[in-house]
Amino acid sequence: MRRVSHPVCRFADSTVSVDAPLTKDTVPGIYAEIDGHRSVWEDTALTLDLSAVTRIDSAGVALIETLRSRVNERGGSLTITGGSKDVLALIETFTVTRDGKRQPRPKRRFFEGMGEQLYTFWQHLGAFFILVADTAFYSVQGMFTRSGMRKGEFTKQCIFIGMNALPIVGLISFLIGFILALQSAAQLRQFGASIYVADLVAISMTREMGPIMTAIALAGRSGSAFASEIANMVVTEETDALKTMGLNPIQYIVVPKMYAITVTTPMLTILSMLIGIFGSLVIGVTYLDLSVGPFMDQVANALILRDVIIGLAKSVIFAWIIITVGAYFGFTVSGGAEGVGRATTASVVTSIFMVILADSILGLIFYFGGGAF
Amino acid sequence: MSIVSVTHLEAGYEDTPVLRDVSMTAEEGAITAVLGTSGCGKSTLLKNIIRLNDAWSGSVRMFDEEVMVMDEPEFNQLLKRVGVLFQNGALLNSITIAENVAIPLEQHTRLPAPVRDHLIRIKLALVELEEAIDKLPSELSGGMRKRAALARAMALDPDLLFCDEPSAGLDPVTAAGLDNLICRLRDQLGMSVIVITHHVPSIIRTADKIVYLSDGGVLFSGTVKEARSSGIEQIERFFREGVKDY
Repeated sequence: MRRVSHPVCRFADSTVSVDAPLTKDTVPGIYAEIDGHRSVWEDTALTLDLSAVTRIDSAGVALIETLRSRVNERGGSLTITGGSKDVLALIETFTVTRDGKRQPRPKRRFFEGMGEQLYTFWQHLGAFFILVADTAFYSVQGMFTRSGMRKGEFTKQCIFIGMNALPIVGLISFLIGFILALQSAAQLRQFGASIYVADLVAISMTREMGPIMTAIALAGRSGSAFASEIANMVVTEETDALKTMGLNPIQYIVVPKMYAITVTTPMLTILSMLIGIFGSLVIGVTYLDLSVGPFMDQVANALILRDVIIGLAKSVIFAWIIITVGAYFGFTVSGGAEGVGRATTASVVTSIFMVILADSILGLIFYFGGGAF
Repeated sequence: MSIVSVTHLEAGYEDTPVLRDVSMTAEEGAITAVLGTSGCGKSTLLKNIIRLNDAWSGSVRMFDEEVMVMDEPEFNQLLKRVGVLFQNGALLNSITIAENVAIPLEQHTRLPAPVRDHLIRIKLALVELEEAIDKLPSELSGGMRKRAALARAMALDPDLLFCDEPSAGLDPVTAAGLDNLICRLRDQLGMSVIVITHHVPSIIRTADKIVYLSDGGVLFSGTVKEARSSGIEQIERFFREGVKDY
């Protein structure tokens, strides 16, 4: 490929004569040469002589357009002289731009930007609650009629959300129970109260850690899968296709997942509670020299049915948060493949945040509600 | 002189053969249309020529070089002279149309930024998309995305341009404009073009030569005029049905 390293432009008065082909390989050198010749830019009427130009491509035409644009900016004009018939024909083919400048985007002031963001948030919130209402409606309706839902989808989702999540939920719960026991043992042993590790872990795993760790694992695993699946369906117009076939996408896609997550999450949470307590038992037996029998007696004495019910109630609420947030970000996706990625990330982050927020609110209600709960 | 020459090419997907014995040539500075009914292997042939798929056997020569035995860097050098318009556009969705067109220019040229910007505008104006320069692909219709992809494919004024179904999804006026543009690129830049299509009006308007694929092989190779009077019922019917709406 030919690259121009020696001067190929001649400058006389307000005329620039080019003595080389104007192609993508020669243009960088020619542009630098013209750009460095300051007197060219002082004239308002510039002439470009192409008599010696034997070949030109679109990069060459782009160079001419760039020169024209710069001259025009100073209120001048560029005239082209010479040039063979073929060269001029090609310039004509490629010279189709109307205006060399892009329209600048309007700048937004601080309060305008803030107002717009607030308005957008309000719109999102409204749309989210509409989706929640639709999901609730179709979920209740689906209990009485199965039309509009795919056969076998509930079972498939139960396996995906519940059974396939067993290993990760089990492992996380074991480690949480293990660490809770280890950390609390170090303190309680100083007071000769090692046995109360059982009480502490049992209550915290049942009321807090079991539901919340299960929810976080599900948000990362199943919530992201819901969001990306639905977002992909939206991007590829599958949801539009469902609508044209008389199916409601929420009823068809979301409701089976809603049933499945409502059934499987409490089961996973019970498993999480048991495995967490088992993790603390391992510490109790190996580190605190406690026997299995007294440890389990202590657990049984510490727990009351109310703790288990609170934990399970929380897990169901968390499950609903995960499914509705995932569905919301899936349905509101925009921007193709990148949008799907954004929706998935936003779904996971928002789900986890909302689960923790809901846990805090529920914690306050159960604490101050006292005997009522 | 042949710019692309395929000899006894056999290719397919996993164990399913699609191309059984394909031999064809595309001449320099000409528009060659590869046609045939849906599923006959047109796109598979294109993918094997540009090595997106590995052919099972045979030979593919491009610019008089055997591409099937080239190593990766050698083939990448060769690809600088080639532009490809994919069937669905294949634009990168996360960047604007202008940035899509800029990719080959930034990768393969040292053009100064102002010249590059003008060149991008020129290419987009050629496909009548100048107004969409700062838009994301997702903000465009299917036909507009196809035109933007064509602007990207011809960003470097390639010696050889492959177009997979360029007219699909375009309105008749835009399709005719696109055909006209491809003819001008051939006439003024000497660009060789291989068009994969079954859009008969486009074939009649543009093709210097056609290659008709059927049952994994080449059923006919020659000009449109020769094809229409070839006496081969399948081909004559293809043109007869195709021009009904023309």
